[in-house]
Amino acid sequence: MELTIRQAGIVKKLCWTLALSVVAVPFLFPFLWMISSAFKSANEIFGQPSLIPDVWRWRNFLEVFEYQPFARQYFNSIYIAVLVTGLTLILSSLAGYALARMRFAGAGLLMLFLLSALMVPEEVTIVPNFFLMKWLGVMDTHIPLVLLPVFGPHGVMATFLMRQYFVSLPKELEEAGKMDGLSRLGIWWKIALPMSRPALAAVAIITFLFSWNLFLEPLVFLSSIENFTLPLALSNFTDPYGSPLWHLQLAATSLAVVPILIVYLIAQRQIIESFAMSGVKG
Amino acid sequence: MTGHIRTGTTAPRAPWLTLRRREMFEGWLFVSPTLIGFLIFFLGPLIAVIIYSLSEWNLLSQQMTYIGTANYQDALTQNPDFWHVIRNSVIFAAGLVPLNMTLALALALALCRPGRGVVFFRTAFFAPVVTSAVAWAIVWKFLLQGEAGAVNQMLATVGIDGPNWLREPDWAMAAVIVTRVLKMVGLNMILYIAALQSIPRDYEEAARLEGAGNWQIFRMVTWPLLAPSTLIIMVITTIGSFKVFDHIYLMTGGGPENGTLVLAFYIYEQAFEFFNVGYASALAMIMFAIVLVLAVVQIMLRQKGSA
Repeated sequence: MELTIRQAGIVKKLCWTLALSVVAVPFLFPFLWMISSAFKSANEIFGQPSLIPDVWRWRNFLEVFEYQPFARQYFNSIYIAVLVTGLTLILSSLAGYALARMRFAGAGLLMLFLLSALMVPEEVTIVPNFFLMKWLGVMDTHIPLVLLPVFGPHGVMATFLMRQYFVSLPKELEEAGKMDGLSRLGIWWKIALPMSRPALAAVAIITFLFSWNLFLEPLVFLSSIENFTLPLALSNFTDPYGSPLWHLQLAATSLAVVPILIVYLIAQRQIIESFAMSGVKG
Repeated sequence: MTGHIRTGTTAPRAPWLTLRRREMFEGWLFVSPTLIGFLIFFLGPLIAVIIYSLSEWNLLSQQMTYIGTANYQDALTQNPDFWHVIRNSVIFAAGLVPLNMTLALALALALCRPGRGVVFFRTAFFAPVVTSAVAWAIVWKFLLQGEAGAVNQMLATVGIDGPNWLREPDWAMAAVIVTRVLKMVGLNMILYIAALQSIPRDYEEAARLEGAGNWQIFRMVTWPLLAPSTLIIMVITTIGSFKVFDHIYLMTGGGPENGTLVLAFYIYEQAFEFFNVGYASALAMIMFAIVLVLAVVQIMLRQKGSA
């Protein structure tokens, strides 16, 4: 049977789609399996595997909140991420604007100095930061979880990203603002910031997720269960012998992951672009 | 002696606060919150690590004693765990980086042009990147359990008797590497797609007119043009692989038999479980040195490439 060029094209396309679908299985299956197992009883989880539970056990989601103060922990994660994002946006755009637009002695050196932070893993500075926070008397509070992301390497990365964006903007509007008698702060707030919405959105997205997913810092700085953030809480659904209570753990993980996934599905283009922007920094 | 400018009725501030000075003052004012925070929470601690690493820290007496390079000597020559940990970290990086980059490039090549289904697949491959490492590790730990795990049950249906993935050192390392690649490969895919889209189509068309096939175009045109991006992605990925902590903490806890004990985890364990502050700080400095060397190699390779 001879194939026309068009038919051959369709066959080729089908093969590609099939190959990509196979590769996509280990990326998507964990999400499906997580959600399906979240509805199973502790017994069914270890029975015959099936994507659809025999009995939909909605109670799991209730028990998550009874087992530990999950609502409180959820709220902790949200408010910390919002605070970190807000502070990072303000400070990184202020510093980024100065580094891009204002000429002051030492700016170049300062830039190099800040950039060197991008190479230092958090694990390197976590021990002295532990003692610093202890000395400041803020152990087992959320203060370290706000300060370290805002002022650490992530904040520097955000500053750099903002600077790159400000550099690429045309200067004319700002000069017009200067003519109109706006102060530097006024130009930054009324002209530069509204023009850099894409960069601000990118910084907001990656910063929110960065804070939301933080694990090492909460592990080191928090000790009371009601102060836990979500990643720490998720790892905490165990029986008295330390074995995971899978049905609860997976229900809680679903509750933590699914809202983020829904937002991701709605805004996937914007979110992926934000990561691309921050990644090209190197 | 020059005459005083500040005479008569001139406002005293005006001559001092020239436009340039004002700009400089404002510039430093704008960066000061970031800079001060950076000094306190980053640079200070970085210097402190150096001091800690040269000290013996006694948590009972709360005293620090200077002991020179003893912590480093301990790591490099005395403690058998150290080289085991370095070996693990190198194996982890050596497994993760090529796997991640090959897969990322392959996916990027398949998905760099707009078309039906492209958005779906891009979204799918990137989804684990926005998911927390903790959630990803928990779910994979669940999937990779010995007999009851979904992966082994699926293997059983095709007649394969899967190992107890996370309980055998070699399999555990492989499992940690592969699940980490699945988590992060979407990011590199996106970076590669951006790089591919910046290559002008003319090059490819010219090569095609010369009669080059797909593989030849990739080999002779695309791959060389991607070289700068490949280098950057490789160094980011390698440095990232040395930082992996949460993934391993949750999937294997460094076990079994320390088979997945990598440097980032070892630092955490020494500092916060055994309270060996001096030793942990020496380890942190060694980690810093490794990352720094990798970064310098990147810069050197880049300069060599552009020269």
